[in-house]
Amino acid sequence: MTAPTDTPPPTGDPLPTSPWSQRLAAWRRLPAWARWALSAALGILLLTLVQEFGTDDTSALTSQSTSQAMVRWAVPILLAGLGGLFAERAGVVNIGLEGMMILGTWFGAWGAINWGPWGGIIAGLVGGALGGLVHAVATVSFGVDHIISGVAINIVAPGLTRYLSDEIFTGYDGGSITQSPRAESLGRFTMPVTSGGPIGSWDSPDVLGWFVRQEWFFISDVASVLKGLTTQVSYFTIIALLLVPFSAWLLWRTRVGLRIRIAGERPEAGESLGVDIYKHKYIGVIVSGALAGMAGAFIVMELTGFYREDQTTGRGFIGLAALIFGNWRPGGVLLGALVFGYPFGLSLRDLDGSGTHALLLVVAISLGLVVLWALSRRNRVDAILAGIFGGLALLWYLLSDTAPDWLPNTMPFVLVLLVLLFASQRLRMPQADGQIYRRGET
Amino acid sequence: MNNPTVRRIVLAAGAPVSAFVLAVVVSSIVLIISGSNPFTAYGDMIENASRLETMIDTLNEAVPLYLSGVAAAIGFRMNLFNIGVEGQYLIAAFFAAVIGAAVELPAVLHVLLILIVAMFSGAVYAGIAGLLKVTRGVNEVISTIMLNSIAVGGIIAWLIREFQDDTSTTNLGTKPIADSGLIPDLNGFVEIFTREITGGRELTGLIVLAVVVGVVYHLFINRTRLGFDFRASGINPMAAKAGGVPPKRMVLYAMLLSGLVAGLVGMPELLSEQGNYEQSFRQGLGFSGIAVALLGRNNPAGIAVGALLFGLLSSSSAILQVSGSATPEIVIIMQGVIVLAAVISYEVVGRIRARDEARTAREATVGVPA
Repeated sequence: MTAPTDTPPPTGDPLPTSPWSQRLAAWRRLPAWARWALSAALGILLLTLVQEFGTDDTSALTSQSTSQAMVRWAVPILLAGLGGLFAERAGVVNIGLEGMMILGTWFGAWGAINWGPWGGIIAGLVGGALGGLVHAVATVSFGVDHIISGVAINIVAPGLTRYLSDEIFTGYDGGSITQSPRAESLGRFTMPVTSGGPIGSWDSPDVLGWFVRQEWFFISDVASVLKGLTTQVSYFTIIALLLVPFSAWLLWRTRVGLRIRIAGERPEAGESLGVDIYKHKYIGVIVSGALAGMAGAFIVMELTGFYREDQTTGRGFIGLAALIFGNWRPGGVLLGALVFGYPFGLSLRDLDGSGTHALLLVVAISLGLVVLWALSRRNRVDAILAGIFGGLALLWYLLSDTAPDWLPNTMPFVLVLLVLLFASQRLRMPQADGQIYRRGET
Repeated sequence: MNNPTVRRIVLAAGAPVSAFVLAVVVSSIVLIISGSNPFTAYGDMIENASRLETMIDTLNEAVPLYLSGVAAAIGFRMNLFNIGVEGQYLIAAFFAAVIGAAVELPAVLHVLLILIVAMFSGAVYAGIAGLLKVTRGVNEVISTIMLNSIAVGGIIAWLIREFQDDTSTTNLGTKPIADSGLIPDLNGFVEIFTREITGGRELTGLIVLAVVVGVVYHLFINRTRLGFDFRASGINPMAAKAGGVPPKRMVLYAMLLSGLVAGLVGMPELLSEQGNYEQSFRQGLGFSGIAVALLGRNNPAGIAVGALLFGLLSSSSAILQVSGSATPEIVIIMQGVIVLAAVISYEVVGRIRARDEARTAREATVGVPA
């Protein structure tokens, strides 16, 4: 995931001579793929350690099915987050992602039922883009406050889809005012050789599966996570994942991307150079809606198999959270989506709640690392705060045997609040994000 | 249009009227597309609106919307977006239900205690977002969105099992509040002036609370020092700071007050209808309240008009269902279009006004040496 760094990361490094900042500098010199691979390995190592030495008798943390489910749950969050990225890079805050995603679920189901899976994707995209268009007209052309317009869209969208269902789905066999008949999915893919996917009629070997069966500490865990990521992956998921580098390329390596970003950073400066700021804000917001709509289509076609009312369950807002977690960068959004998708994926395979319970220890250890980090930067307030929250998580872990079923739903939101609490000075949103821009006024 | 007074009046009326016209046009188009006759649908709605029972429904709908609108408006006055009214009122209703069911008190005290618990819980929950903003610079829109989800999916989902009423196993819900804690309906009072109210409808007694909140909000924002500071730092925080208004403290106060009023939003549902908090407790009032506050321009009387309009539309959806002249969902579409049309037309009118002012100032200063 190449999220190119056109601006230096906001380090604010006040202690250039400390060994920590030297190590940090060495870390930054690594190529992006190496940083990603190392971080992923460290993350799996942490999970493995918790699984091996924690009090829970669980193997769900690094299981194949968990990583498989994690990706499936992460995709709608990822697409919504990328949607937020396009809008906010163009300087328009999009609280309406949730509503646009709802439009995407309805249109996705409608398209998939009538024209098959590709029709579903395209219809979902168009449905969401229509929501984006409304948001763009209100915020860009008329200068309405972004939050207000977004809230209005979130109010209208469920009413509109219910209305449309009443008009159309009630006429279908097996459809009703709150539900559609079955919508076809795009099909799935298993990687040959590594995970045993077939090539033609030849059953290729399952290399990762062999590693998993050896039950070697850590190595088998990595293999099992990787096998989950390469087995029975929906083609829709692959499209969504490819959109991450594509968005990075589009926004940071093309002319139109540069213009979208200047609309979100310094619109007056762009205008003075002859960039049509309104047009690029429109592009950003409509693409944003289209991606949110695609997220809705994914939920319909790949997660549930049909349209049902209220089935987005706040994923648009989680996407917004992933955007902030990811510091308004495509790679970061992907990381956020995976981190937030993980508890959901885990909870599906973890019926007794022991796996989710072990996550509490992961959270506690991570907050412990934040304490060390804060101490090394002599930031006493952060260290104390992280210590308190980490202590609470540890206490909860020690005093209970299983985690409640509501925890996976709540974790993304708590994590974002924690990230904002400790890192809001390190996050950098587009400079003119959320501001109303009127041509010729400053 | 050249007479400045006429022009001012036209402009003032222009925004709401054009919003209404636009909403009617859009809804008519939707109705025609779906094969309904808009005139029959509107005729049914208007005919229905004059029925006493519809008026009761409208008022019952409008009370929580009004409270929610005022809660949102307190933040808006300070340029704070309290998107978290939703979470705040649900948390408040939950704790009010739990504590209200746990105590036995004489009627007035019992109700007062419940209301105080609700206001306190709402304020505390909103205060989290306020503190995050003031101490760590966390944007209140983001934090309140997160807190909404944590309230419903986390805190309430967790505690509702702890405080579950074990006598009814079918539904997750808290114990019922004793009758002394519930609010009597005002049917007897209304029937002095009208015929008997039929259809089992009960006018919520909390309409009195809504009126009190409206009056207090008006007095507070327009007649008190703190209210003035609020408006000042909402309009221009730098100038207000120069004038000795501490901006951080204002943010915190605004969040706390907004949350305090938000705490009351769930009370009609809790004390006039349900009597306890169940998992199916009505959601979405917080977001509708934002819409109502926008319609009413954050003004106590304007919010009342907005709340009544939304209430009327909601209670009209039933008649459309019965008469079959249109799908009831058209009402939600109308509400949404009205909001969007209203904010757009307020924006446009505001801009025309600003241009007028600039022109008047220019004309007045022609020939005056700088």
